[in-house]
Amino acid sequence: MVKTRVIGEVILKLENVSLSFGGVQALSDVSLQVRERQILAIIGPNGAGKSSMLNVINGVYHPQQGKITFKGRTRTSMRPHDAAAMGIARTFQNIALFKGMTVLDNILAGRNLMMRTSFLEQALYLGRTKREELAHREKVEEIIDFLHIQAVRKTPVGRLPYGLQKRVELARAFAAEPELLLLDEPMAGMNLEEKEDMCRFILDVNEQFGTTIVLIEHDMSVVMDISDHVVVLDFGRKIGDGTPDEVRRDPRVIDAYLGPTQAAPYHEKELFHGM
Amino acid sequence: MIYREAGQFKATYSADQALFPIRQDQVGVAILLVIAYIVVPFVGNDYWLGSIFIPFLVLSLAALGLNILTGYAGQLSLGTAGFMAVGAFAAYNFAIRVPAIPLLLNFALSGLCAACVGILFGVPSLRIKGFYLAVATLASQFFIEWLFTRVGWFTNYSTSGVISAPPLSIFGHSLSSVWSRYVLTLAIVTVMALGAKNMVRSSVGRAWMAVRDMDVAAEVIGIRMLRTKLLAFGVSSFYCGVAGALWAFLYLGTVEPQAFDLARSFQILFMIIIGGVGSILGSFLGAAFIVLLPIFINIGSGMFGHAFRADTITQIELILFGGLIIFFLIVEPHGLARLWRIGKEKLRLWPFPY
Repeated sequence: MVKTRVIGEVILKLENVSLSFGGVQALSDVSLQVRERQILAIIGPNGAGKSSMLNVINGVYHPQQGKITFKGRTRTSMRPHDAAAMGIARTFQNIALFKGMTVLDNILAGRNLMMRTSFLEQALYLGRTKREELAHREKVEEIIDFLHIQAVRKTPVGRLPYGLQKRVELARAFAAEPELLLLDEPMAGMNLEEKEDMCRFILDVNEQFGTTIVLIEHDMSVVMDISDHVVVLDFGRKIGDGTPDEVRRDPRVIDAYLGPTQAAPYHEKELFHGM
Repeated sequence: MIYREAGQFKATYSADQALFPIRQDQVGVAILLVIAYIVVPFVGNDYWLGSIFIPFLVLSLAALGLNILTGYAGQLSLGTAGFMAVGAFAAYNFAIRVPAIPLLLNFALSGLCAACVGILFGVPSLRIKGFYLAVATLASQFFIEWLFTRVGWFTNYSTSGVISAPPLSIFGHSLSSVWSRYVLTLAIVTVMALGAKNMVRSSVGRAWMAVRDMDVAAEVIGIRMLRTKLLAFGVSSFYCGVAGALWAFLYLGTVEPQAFDLARSFQILFMIIIGGVGSILGSFLGAAFIVLLPIFINIGSGMFGHAFRADTITQIELILFGGLIIFFLIVEPHGLARLWRIGKEKLRLWPFPY
């Protein structure tokens, strides 16, 4: 694959972030950098702190220590809607769509931040409100076309199959026109074809719109294929950071996944066979 | 065959987002409005207009208010009657203290008073949800009822605690006849229902539903929890407050705080459960059902030659209500409005459902 896009400056920087819940240390002293237009994958065994990491980035959790710099603005904690206002959108590991609403309304809700009319104007539904609704509808239809979900636009999302729900969730996050898109296991529970589709969408979003993407994924072939950069977490610590190839050969990463072995020297072990 | 949108192509998003995109619906609504505005006032007698249609419309409005809060924003409330009482007593106080106040302005201000009280009692919703919130709103119900009973200023120190509406007029026309009060009620309810429909199909409605369906995700896409919930409480209480003012001024004429007791709150909650939670139409269907059911039971008992005593009929009513509520909660949690929708979907395919 020829990559035409240019990786830019650092857009998100986490410095020495620590997060604990009571006695449980979810993240300890983690630092990482995400560059513009990069696709960065966070991997690690279950309970490694991957989801906590995303929750710290978009303000659901507030780290006890450390600094987060996004687009040059440093903060220790912020509310999720402030993060959204700054251009961070995300999807969830367990689908978090608005089940009672149609696909169209879900995606439109993703653009709520950009809607300027007050509720009184909306009650009258004249002039400005109507123009605004139509303008956003047009944008949403572009996203619907982009993700091939035209046929279900008026279906309540609760009735859709799992793979499509995942796609609608991506659409809702993408509708906010974010600069940073956080995807928490976008391909969990999908079959091969759905995974291939989803990979294509992620790459397209990244290439066409220059959106920076941070994703958590367990499927190593996906991670190795689509990401520019991989960060490995284990027990809340960062144990690997580099390109997919570097990470794949990193002895500490191999230890975390396969368990430390003295019997075979590292160079004889090859992590993630067949890729 | 009749109800089918085949051949009605929408070429613009504007047409697709219209209030009633399907032509049959447009015709149906137009006919309904003609009946409500023209046929009913001419055909109906004072009993039907004054004792059935006006309370039906006012209770529909209150149910609509509760539906905005509970059905759309997902915040369970048992304080509906309390907010209606605020509207009623505010309207009374505006009327006696500022006699020159125009009637519609008075209703709007009363609604605003109720909205302020509603927002105040909505503050706990930021921290508590579901049944616990219902209990918190119950406190508002009891507090408001107590306040209007105990503090004489609100009833202008009337010894019985009863407030009476002054003679009403609008734009110089006296509202002494029942049909004029009916038409005014109908007009107010139509406008406010349209406003509610417009709100729930715009971004504020989507924010409410997002909070209802998945509050964490709603916050992550940039919806402010506090503002959205309090707005729902405010708008809902505004509707309930106007309903209370209409109840006192256009329906009963004289009213006491006990008219807005907990039973009234439950009655309105039952309306939205039976009619349809999260549906504008459902508010009206539920109100119609609960207002008309006692009348049909009466007629039914008349067919048996009034074999039942009056108190037995009241008991039968309660038994039927209880049974129906359990039935709807189990079988069709989205109420009559959903049955109506299913009916329409079936009708699209009839008579060839394959």
